Amino acid sequence: MELVFLLEQVVNGLVLGGYYLLVALGLALVFSVGGVVNLAHGAFYAIGAYLAYTIAERAGFATGVLLSPVLVALLGVLFERTILRRFYDADPIQGLLVTFGLAMIVEQLLRRIWGAAPIPVAMPQALKGAVLLGDFLFSRYRLLLLAIVALVLAAVWLLLNRTAFGRVVRAGIDRPDMVAALGIRLAPYRLAVVALGVGLAALAGALFAPIAVVHPAMGEEILTTAFVVVVIGGLGSFWGVVLAALLVGVTRGVTIHFVPAAGEAAMYVLMFLVLLLRPRGLSGERIGRFE
Amino acid sequence: MRQERATVGETAGTGRRAALAGGAALLAGATIGFPAILRAQSEAVRLGHLTPRTGFLGALGDYAVLGLEMAKEEINAAGGVLGRRLEILSEDSINPDTAATKATRMLERDGVAFLVGEISSASALAIAQVAARARRLFVAVGPRSDVLRGKNCNRYMFCTDIPNTVMVNAVGRALLRDGMVKGKKFFTVTSDYVFGHDLLRAAKAFFAAHGALHIGDELVATDVTDFSPYLLKVRQARPDIVCLNLAGNQVTNFVKQYAEFGLPFPTVGFNLNTADAWAAGPGNLAGTWPTVWYHTLATPGSQAFVAAFTAKHGKPPENHAWITYVVIKMLARAMEETKSTDSEQLVAYFEKGPSFDILKKRPARFRAWDHQLIQEAYPFSVKPAERMKDRWDLMELGPAVPAEGEDLEVIYPSREQNSCAL
Repeated sequence: MELVFLLEQVVNGLVLGGYYLLVALGLALVFSVGGVVNLAHGAFYAIGAYLAYTIAERAGFATGVLLSPVLVALLGVLFERTILRRFYDADPIQGLLVTFGLAMIVEQLLRRIWGAAPIPVAMPQALKGAVLLGDFLFSRYRLLLLAIVALVLAAVWLLLNRTAFGRVVRAGIDRPDMVAALGIRLAPYRLAVVALGVGLAALAGALFAPIAVVHPAMGEEILTTAFVVVVIGGLGSFWGVVLAALLVGVTRGVTIHFVPAAGEAAMYVLMFLVLLLRPRGLSGERIGRFE
Repeated sequence: MRQERATVGETAGTGRRAALAGGAALLAGATIGFPAILRAQSEAVRLGHLTPRTGFLGALGDYAVLGLEMAKEEINAAGGVLGRRLEILSEDSINPDTAATKATRMLERDGVAFLVGEISSASALAIAQVAARARRLFVAVGPRSDVLRGKNCNRYMFCTDIPNTVMVNAVGRALLRDGMVKGKKFFTVTSDYVFGHDLLRAAKAFFAAHGALHIGDELVATDVTDFSPYLLKVRQARPDIVCLNLAGNQVTNFVKQYAEFGLPFPTVGFNLNTADAWAAGPGNLAGTWPTVWYHTLATPGSQAFVAAFTAKHGKPPENHAWITYVVIKMLARAMEETKSTDSEQLVAYFEKGPSFDILKKRPARFRAWDHQLIQEAYPFSVKPAERMKDRWDLMELGPAVPAEGEDLEVIYPSREQNSCAL
C-alpha cells in the first residue's frame, strides 16, 4: 500500500511539473533569444490570470483562457520593442535590474486596478471533481491542463525544429553573426519568440487561476520555481527544461510524502546538487567558464 | 592699504548681503513655514500602525488599513483626540525582523505615542518585545495565537482578536451539537509557523477533551500554492473529518483545490478570515468555521458601520476592517478618559476593565490578568449558492458563542489553562 501511495505522489508530481513547464519554457525561450533573464516573466503570468478572470466574467471561461494569452503576447511585443531589445547582449545585470523593476511596477498596477484582495476565479462546474484511474486519483481539471501542456509542448517543438521560422531562430541563437551575414534580419524573429514566451506564461496564469489564489504578487511565487526549473534543466536546452520541470514536480511530491514540512525546500536542494555536480544543468550547453 | 580696506569692505559687503538674504529667508520660514510644522508635531497625537500589506496575509492587512482610515477620519471630524488631531503612521510590517525594526524606528524617531496593529502572530511577537523594552503600549489587533496572551504575554501588550482556543471552542461547540466529535477520526492540515503550531495545540486539546481521534497532521509552509500532494495524503489517511489550521492565502488555496479534487470527507476549519472565504468564491467553501465578526451581524451598530463602509468603498468590510475600526475608537476613548497618551496610564485604564461597545450585542472588556479582550464569537457555515444575495453573502452566521446568559469567559482559556499571570 505504501508503494502505491508513493507512486500516486510521483504521478501527481508529473502533472504539476507540466504546469511548471509552461512557465519555465517561456522563461527559457525569452532568455535564449537575447540572453536576458526576464524577471518580469512572472508579471506576465499574473496579468494572464487577471485578464482571463475579467474576460471570463463577460464571455465565459474558455474565451478567457484562449484570449488572455493572445492579449498578453501583444503586451509582450510592446515589451520587446520598447524595453527588452535594448538589453540584448548588454551586461546581464542591466537586464536583470530593468525586468525586476518592471515586475514591481506591474504588481503595483495590478493592485491599483483589481485591488489587493485576491480574486475568485470560478472553475466550470463540468471540470470539477476527480477521476479515478485504477487506484490513482486525478483532478479532472488537472488532466485537462496536462493535455493542454502536451499539445503546447508538441506545437512549440515542431515550430522550432520543423519550420523555416524555427531554423532561423535556432541559427540566430547559435550564430547571430552568420544569420546577419546571410542577410536575414533577426529582430522580427526575436520579437516573435518573446511574444510566444510571455504568451505561454499568460496561458499558465489563466489555467491556474481557478486552482490557486489570484493576487497581485502571484507572479513572484511562480517565477522562483520557473527559474529553478530553467537552472536545473540547463540554459538553452528544450528537453532539459522539460525534464527539469517534471523532476521538480516529482521531487516536491515525494518529499511531501516523507517529510511534509520540507516540501517547499526540496527543489532548492535539487538545484544545489545539480549546480554542484553539473553546473551546466541536466542538458544545457557547456559553459566553459564554469566547468 | 586703502585698497586693502576697500577689498575687505567689499567682501564684507557681499557677506552681509548674503547673510541678510539668508536671514530674511529664515525669518520668512520661521514665521510662515516652521511654526506650522512644529505646531502640527506638538499638537497631533501620533500612533504607529504596522500590519502585513504583502505576502500571504496582505489582503487582510489591506482591509485593516481601510478600517483604520475610517476610524481616524471619524475621530478627527469629531474634533480629534484630547483636542488634538489624530495622526496614524501605517506601514507594511513584511516579516518579523522588519516589523521589529520598523517598530523601533517608529518609537524612537517618528515620535509615536504607542503601537497598534498586526495580523501575523510571528510579527506581533517581535513588535511586542520592542514595545515592552521601550515600556510602550502595543495593542495587537489581529493575531490569534494563544501564546501572545499566554506564555509570551507582557504588561504592555493587549490582544483584541479572539485567541485560537476561542476559535476552536466556537466551532467545537457546533460540532459537538451535531455529534461530529466523539470517536471521529480527525486529520489536520496546519500552517507551519507560530500561529499554526499554536492552533494545532488548541485543536489537540479539544480532541483529547472530547474523545476525538487525531490520526494525522501535515505541516504546510506559508508560501505553498499547490496543495495536491497534501490532498493525496488526506485521501490516503481516510479520516472522518478534515480539519484546517491554515492562515491567509493558504485557506483559499486549500479550499479551492479541495473542491477541485472533490474529496468526500467533510471539512471544518479552526481559522477563517472573511477575505479568504470571499477569495475562494461560491461553490468551493464548505463546512463549519469560526469568526469574530461578519458583515451580516444584525446589530444596529454593525449595520451602520457596514453601510458607511460599503458606501465609501463599494464593498462590505471584512473582519479585520471591523476590528481595526473598533480598536482605534477604543484607543481614542481611552486617551480621552485618561487625558493622556502615556502608556502606563493607558495600561492601568484598560486593566480596570471598562466595557466597550464593539458593535456586537454584548459589550467587550479586557481581562486584567492576561490582557485579552473578552467578546462574543460565532460559528458560521456556508450558505447554499442559491440563497446568496451577492458575492459577499457567503456565510450563514450561527448564534453567538457563548450563548446569551452564559458568562463570556467560558470559551476563553481559564487561569489553569493559561500560563500568563500579570
